[in-house]
Amino acid sequence: MDAGIRNRRIAITTAALLAVAAGPAMAQTKTLDTVKARGTLNCGVNTGLAGFSMPDDKGQWTGLDVDLCRAVAAAVFKDATKVKYVPLTAKERFTALQSGEVDMLSRNTTWTMSRDTSAGLSFVGVNYFDGQGFMVKKSLGLKSAKELDGATICVQTGTTTELNVTDFFRANKLNYKPVVFEKLDETVAAYNSGRCDAFTSDHSQLYSERLKSPKPDDNVVLPDVISKEPLGPAVRQGDSGWGNVVRWAHFAMVNAEELGVTSKTVDEMQASANPEIRRLLGKEGDFGKGMGLDNDWAYQIVKQVGNYGEAFDRNVGAGSRLNIARGQNALWTKGGLQYGMPIR
Amino acid sequence: MTTHAPSTTTKTMRPPAGAGPIAWMRQNLFATPVDALLTFAGLYIVYRLLGGFIDWALVSATWTGDDGKACSRDGAGACWPFIWHKFGLFMSGRFPDAERWRIYLTYGLALAGLVPLMIPGVPGKLWLFIYMLGVFPLLAFVLLSGGMFGLSHVPTELWGGLLVTLVVACVGIAASFPLGILLALGRRSELPIVRWVSIGFIEIVRGVPLVTMLFFASVMLPLFLPENVTFDKLLRALIGVALFSAAYLAEVIRGGLQAIPRGQLEAADALGLSYWQKMGLIVLPQALKLVIPGIVNSFIALFKDTSLVLIIGLFDLLGIVQQSVQADAKWFSPSTSTTGYFFAGFIFWIFCFGMSRYSSFIERRLGIGDRKS
Repeated sequence: MDAGIRNRRIAITTAALLAVAAGPAMAQTKTLDTVKARGTLNCGVNTGLAGFSMPDDKGQWTGLDVDLCRAVAAAVFKDATKVKYVPLTAKERFTALQSGEVDMLSRNTTWTMSRDTSAGLSFVGVNYFDGQGFMVKKSLGLKSAKELDGATICVQTGTTTELNVTDFFRANKLNYKPVVFEKLDETVAAYNSGRCDAFTSDHSQLYSERLKSPKPDDNVVLPDVISKEPLGPAVRQGDSGWGNVVRWAHFAMVNAEELGVTSKTVDEMQASANPEIRRLLGKEGDFGKGMGLDNDWAYQIVKQVGNYGEAFDRNVGAGSRLNIARGQNALWTKGGLQYGMPIR
Repeated sequence: MTTHAPSTTTKTMRPPAGAGPIAWMRQNLFATPVDALLTFAGLYIVYRLLGGFIDWALVSATWTGDDGKACSRDGAGACWPFIWHKFGLFMSGRFPDAERWRIYLTYGLALAGLVPLMIPGVPGKLWLFIYMLGVFPLLAFVLLSGGMFGLSHVPTELWGGLLVTLVVACVGIAASFPLGILLALGRRSELPIVRWVSIGFIEIVRGVPLVTMLFFASVMLPLFLPENVTFDKLLRALIGVALFSAAYLAEVIRGGLQAIPRGQLEAADALGLSYWQKMGLIVLPQALKLVIPGIVNSFIALFKDTSLVLIIGLFDLLGIVQQSVQADAKWFSPSTSTTGYFFAGFIFWIFCFGMSRYSSFIERRLGIGDRKS
């Protein structure tokens, strides 16, 4: 083989390798353009989690996480239905995001430092503040977890749940008797059969298990939250433009609730003189354009999906059978943690 | 369970007991006091088990209602409205309502080919075979997936429930059978490369659990592909299941091949038959007949293994039932999960039992059963 041909071959091979290596990196910076060109948003959701992502009787995906996918689609396409839902298991989720199978992850994923800094993804907000709590028999008449001194508590072993409950009781100098089980189902069954005074798990889970128990009304979830499980959407690292779109889709919903703009009132609110509402709905300023969207981006979100409060009520709150209290997910003005960064 | 011939010695020694159910009971159930005791004990156990089941499934069951509240009363049995409301979802997943006729038409086309093919004595088997292996898969693909001839495209992420179970099982069975035969022949081949490749494939695939293969296909594969080149999740699962099943089937078929006496091959050689004539006309018809129970066993196992696609986020029948009982807050109640799993188990049982009955029928017809006794 003469040197010319060989050099050319090497050059071609190198070019091909570089193209493969650079392919993802180049595409990463332009997720918004990719999504627009494709015409649908690929959104990674849970394979099934009560209140967060679940196909209803008709097979339509519903839930709080699903509503965030719909909000992003509404902002980008003015059509909340242009979403392809990709149900992902816990093991698949990060690979699916990194490999580009999904554009965003809205899959009750806890925002932790290691995930944010080393898993190749960036969290862009918190759409549900979860945390560990306790469910007890109503007949005990308890008002707070601090009154659980000496209680027997059913807990799943080998999880952070078990460690959190130990810390909580040690910190408060209280005694408790743990009854540990390998599986969640066994833990719940033991609580339901009366082996324990309390059952501990994440709040969203407690409300689900309460509904599945033989007598839901005999059980009550205590308001205390003893751990931090901020669940939020994530995008691929290194694409801050796309991260902005997802982040502000969530903030738009929270801002709309703060301003009292709902899916029903959004049309009449367009005539509002309130400058904050005018900025939110794109009547003033070029806030949508700055993200590469139209200025009515937030109007479309609120019109088609609703504000954060509406989404919460419909999926997990008072409007659903779960009936989860707003708690930490109330607006900051009402003692919660949901805070819409100002649109200005 | 078969009726005994009347000429057995034990029967003729006994005094004539007469006929009819009472005589039969006296002879078989109450012959001695111990027998009678055992009979009553058995009846009691059956009563307890069956009674509990009937109470759960019929007497205390909930029959109407629009959500889980109806099933949440004290001591409630099965929550049947959950099944009625979710029936469409369990059968076809998120397949659009308006397009479901395409699924039913596909089932109809499959039955139109399968039923005459399975009933001995119906003429035109060759044409039916060509239809089932050549024409039907194309028709089914066009009907289910759409995107041509004016049918709207239904992406596979909308498929689910029994549809996915059947697609995975049928494609797995249809693809693994020829592949399994080739691998079995390859393993016994005298050409070293063919033999080594076959042995390597069989041993590697058999050495890896199906779960691992599915995981590999769903988690590792996308990392090796360039971004935005994703190929269909269902297709990945189908390939994984077909390869896996082929490796197992190859070993079952090899067992049959080994049972064919050497003389048969030598006779075929003497007739001057080519390799493929020898295999196709002499060896395989005998070998496959011998291993029908093993093949059916593999198919039943494959049918049940389809539920493993759940772990890569595909919703087969069991997956979609599990999703509904675990995550649909609207239907939460103490009895929802039992009802859902019972329903899924029942459907699986119908299919597996059907397959095993048909295989024993075929065995009897082909006369293999005779050799067993």
